[in-house]
Amino acid sequence: MSALATASGGLADFFAHPFVQRALLAGTGIAAASGLVGFFVVLRGQVFSGDLLSHVAFTGALAALAYGVDARVGLFVATVGVGVGLGILGERGHAGDVVIGSVFTWVLGLGVLFVSIYTTSTAASDSTASVHVLFGSIFGLTAGQAVVAASIGVAVSLAVVAIARPLLFASLDASVAQARGVPVRLLGVGFLGLVGVCAGEATQAVGALLLLGLIAAPAGAALRLTDRPWVAFWCSGALAVLAVWVGVAVSYLAPDIPPSFAIMATAAGCYAAAVVAGPRRRPAMRPRSPR
Amino acid sequence: MLADGFTWDLGSDLHQLFQFHFMVNAYRAGTVVAVVAGLIGWFLVLRRQSFVGHTLAIIAFPGASGAVLIGISAAWGYFGFCVAGALVIGAVRRGRPGEFSEESAVVGTVQAFALACGFLFVTLYHGLLEDVNTLLFGSFLGITDAQVRTLLAVGLGALVALAVIARPLRFASIDPDVAAARGVPVRAVSTVFLVVVALAVAETSQITGALLVFSLLVVPPATAQAITARPVLSAALAVALALLATWVGLAISYFTDYPSGFTITTLAFAAYLLVHGARWMATGRHRLRLAR
Repeated sequence: MSALATASGGLADFFAHPFVQRALLAGTGIAAASGLVGFFVVLRGQVFSGDLLSHVAFTGALAALAYGVDARVGLFVATVGVGVGLGILGERGHAGDVVIGSVFTWVLGLGVLFVSIYTTSTAASDSTASVHVLFGSIFGLTAGQAVVAASIGVAVSLAVVAIARPLLFASLDASVAQARGVPVRLLGVGFLGLVGVCAGEATQAVGALLLLGLIAAPAGAALRLTDRPWVAFWCSGALAVLAVWVGVAVSYLAPDIPPSFAIMATAAGCYAAAVVAGPRRRPAMRPRSPR
Repeated sequence: MLADGFTWDLGSDLHQLFQFHFMVNAYRAGTVVAVVAGLIGWFLVLRRQSFVGHTLAIIAFPGASGAVLIGISAAWGYFGFCVAGALVIGAVRRGRPGEFSEESAVVGTVQAFALACGFLFVTLYHGLLEDVNTLLFGSFLGITDAQVRTLLAVGLGALVALAVIARPLRFASIDPDVAAARGVPVRAVSTVFLVVVALAVAETSQITGALLVFSLLVVPPATAQAITARPVLSAALAVALALLATWVGLAISYFTDYPSGFTITTLAFAAYLLVHGARWMATGRHRLRLAR
């Protein structure tokens, strides 16, 4: 794919390539969903649930590939299933670092097993499939995959916007929200389900190992920049889209740099800039009860 | 693989297992790493710092791939990046973690960025993309005599450093305030400990891969501490469990074609589940008896 992109091309050239169009189409939908979902993930202190989902995404996708199913089926079944499961189980007590870490490691170990089954059982398989799942391949999407990814991204974004008001209330003060009749628990489970869909989406763009950055960095930057929740919410989505666009453009101009690195570098750079140059203080909005 | 296959004649199995030099080296390296990881991981779990181990392991990946990119041995990258990361964490860390919800966003971003850097180095190297799997998930193939000697030397150094700080470290881990009042240099001790952990993570990464370090560094000590509260006994158990997972895992991987990353992780995790399951059953029965 890097051979297709030559550094001499201008902006018009950039948009003329079908692989760039598909990357931008899918990337915009994925980034908008990740940024908007990420705002609540960071606000609710659930980044480590996102971390677990990213490990599960790797194993799910490779399990599907190993048994000859479309990787996206495994991806979404695994991430949404575990997301909802976490939401239901998460209510009962806290699992410690060691428990979560041990489960993480075992899930990854299982993923390695599926990599070896996939590469040995299917004769025509390419051995770089696991690398694509781990680090994404946004320039390798087909037109159909790009349209599906963009539509799912739009659907997730709309769903988050639809539940945003009660979810913000429940995130900032769960007990008062409950007293006011907000279905806090249902919202929590539904939200983790959405995070699962979002993780499955983002895996296709930046890969299972890096999706945490696309979820956490724009939201962290947005919460540094402003105190007002809705401004931060939209700002987080916009920063994520910006990171994907800049990343795709940089990777197009310098074909040696993989797009997932360029996207992550932009997102992390935004966060670093917000920490250094933004108003020097902690985000004011924090959930009352640490979860 | 190259073997005739597993038989129930264990003598001939062992003979088969060790007929190739690469397998002997894999066992030597695995043994060194399991002892180092078991002992240092025991303190890591005691101090509830397993997450630091995870972060250092992720830093190991860009270290190793960066070293390969500039043409030096991956081992230098592992040791250099892990120790540098430990010093940075030791210098930056302040206050009590966990109260500030932004911290998780920072950790998530730093981890993802470190992994992205590792991927960039691998891509720039233009090598086989399969090497990524080796760096992330480990491989026991092609370990040289020189590598085993390096692992042994660094492992011994880390264990000596740990032995020197062991007593003040245990005191500082159990009650930092009292230890500080008694004149224990708590901060210096914990920074030295982080460097020791970095060396252990760098060693473990070379066997299990950067992403599966927990399987030897955290899971066996956590299992051992669930079995007994007596410190010396549980540290010895941690080493024994790590050794068992490594030895049996390598053997299964040799005879069956399953990757060693999967077999070692699964064995360690199975022991953990077994012990916790047994404990849960025991307390459940106890509670039932109390209820009656």
